[in-house]
Amino acid sequence: MGLFDRLRQLRGDVPEDDLDGRTKALVVRGNEFGYDPFGLSRDSFKTAARLARWLYRNYFRATAYGIENIPPSGRVLFVANHSGQLPFDGLVIGAATFLEPPQPRLVRSMVEYFVPTVPFASYLFARWGQITGTPENCRRLLAAEECVLVFPEGARGISKDFSKRYQLAEFGKGFMRLALEMQAPIVPIAVIGAEEQAPAVNVKPLARLLRVPSFPVVPYPPFVPLVPLPVKYRLYFGEAMTFTGDPDDDDEVLDDKVKTVKHRIQSMIHIGLRERAHVFW
Amino acid sequence: MPRLRKVVITGISGRLGRIVARRLHHELEWQIVGLDRRPMPGRPKDIEHHQVDLRSKKARDVFRVGDVDALIHLGVMHDPRARPAELYSWNITGTTKLLEYCQAYKVPKVVLLSSANVYGPRPDNPQFLTEDAPLLAAQRFPQMRDLVEIDHLVSTFLWRAREIETVILRSVHIVGPVHNAPSNYLRIERPPVLLGFDPMVQLIHYQDIAEAIVCALEPGRRGIYNITGPGEVPLSAVLTELRREPLAIPHPLAKPLLSFAFRLGYSSFPVAELDFIRYVCMVDGRRASAELGFRPRYGLRETIHAVDEPA
Repeated sequence: MGLFDRLRQLRGDVPEDDLDGRTKALVVRGNEFGYDPFGLSRDSFKTAARLARWLYRNYFRATAYGIENIPPSGRVLFVANHSGQLPFDGLVIGAATFLEPPQPRLVRSMVEYFVPTVPFASYLFARWGQITGTPENCRRLLAAEECVLVFPEGARGISKDFSKRYQLAEFGKGFMRLALEMQAPIVPIAVIGAEEQAPAVNVKPLARLLRVPSFPVVPYPPFVPLVPLPVKYRLYFGEAMTFTGDPDDDDEVLDDKVKTVKHRIQSMIHIGLRERAHVFW
Repeated sequence: MPRLRKVVITGISGRLGRIVARRLHHELEWQIVGLDRRPMPGRPKDIEHHQVDLRSKKARDVFRVGDVDALIHLGVMHDPRARPAELYSWNITGTTKLLEYCQAYKVPKVVLLSSANVYGPRPDNPQFLTEDAPLLAAQRFPQMRDLVEIDHLVSTFLWRAREIETVILRSVHIVGPVHNAPSNYLRIERPPVLLGFDPMVQLIHYQDIAEAIVCALEPGRRGIYNITGPGEVPLSAVLTELRREPLAIPHPLAKPLLSFAFRLGYSSFPVAELDFIRYVCMVDGRRASAELGFRPRYGLRETIHAVDEPA
């Protein structure tokens, strides 16, 4: 069976999604103008959801396991592995959480500080519910019983070389402090597929020259990762983990808790890699 | 008959000064003394007005009698056309002198109307700044330093002069028939906006800010408070509500264009203020609501439309 036949076959069983109904069912704290305090608007969100759905269902043909582990309401911190040069893993996690469970939820991902300086992205990200990644914002949203997505690997994760795929980079500890302080459960997520969407190496001298955090190069035109490869995404939502302790503990004390989460994600990644037949289908 | 409580209001001749004075005078029966270097035409007979410079000896004489119960400092000069050196001296020396008089002549209450702009619009701002956030407005724009420094002066005074109840109100953009940058901006038919930027903004009705000042005058209240209005909306929604037709300019061009227009006298907006239509600078007003008991009375739509009210 050729590639095109496989793709056509895969395309055939794309489920119907009731985007209107799901958008209506989203819990949004909007004011009389339809905006929530962070600039989210249901109308703009629906437009974005349409694109995200196409990427989720048709382009990445994503499968999500463990949907029952997404709590239908209440504060929760999603923690996932980060990879792939472009943050499509965040988008796919957001789409899954919106499209798959009986009660759709909005995922707030914490975006980099430079995003508000980029024209259009500056306000579109906000309209779609994404937030500048400050701890204060995360705290405020958890207090409002929302769902926040963090990638503790941060830039180290997204810009990792292809040879380091599925090896978790060092985890930051901020997410654990926030989870302890806000008493928010952590749902660990393993993303399979994203780590192959842009098989890149980081050309460090170029990055230094251009003063950017990384300069990834891929072995096919246009040689920089602008469009991800149509890999198949598999998401594994793990059971919620609850931690107790002092958020202001020393790093060493926190480290054990962070490692528990990291190991859980790593083992879910191993299971996911064992179960899949192919990178692209 | 008991003596009326006496309040000195600096900057009383401005639109906001008049609104605050009217409120305190008519509804709450304070005896009003105005301090402003501008005249106050059309003032009611029972409002005392001194057309003096805050730095002068005559300003001291207003306090010397020792019967002043409160000072409301609104007289922060923003005039973008004034010489920076003169502005600086007026604002900083003027404020320092006022605080000196208050301490020397035992004024029990000092209220400063500062602004949430002191935190500065920045890309890495959290969505809502609390009162303990650093005041970074002057980092990128030295023109903002007066505002920041006055706030610092009065905060220091708050901790130093323990016997005086000092209140700093950091207000979000005040809109209404007043002459300040946000209201002037919203009154432009075709206001310039930055292409690809549409930050969330907070506005407050001019009557609500008068209300906040009244709350701050209550005995027993001291501290620093963010004052917020009825909610948050994108700048574009405010302009649509007012039926304005914004003119989108790519941000790399905006700075040179605006500074050119400013020099030619077509615009009264200093370039520094461009960041207010680019990045968020919003504050958390929960402390004022909990401790001052302040709640805005006007809704979002009423607040937005207040800019078009006749003076």
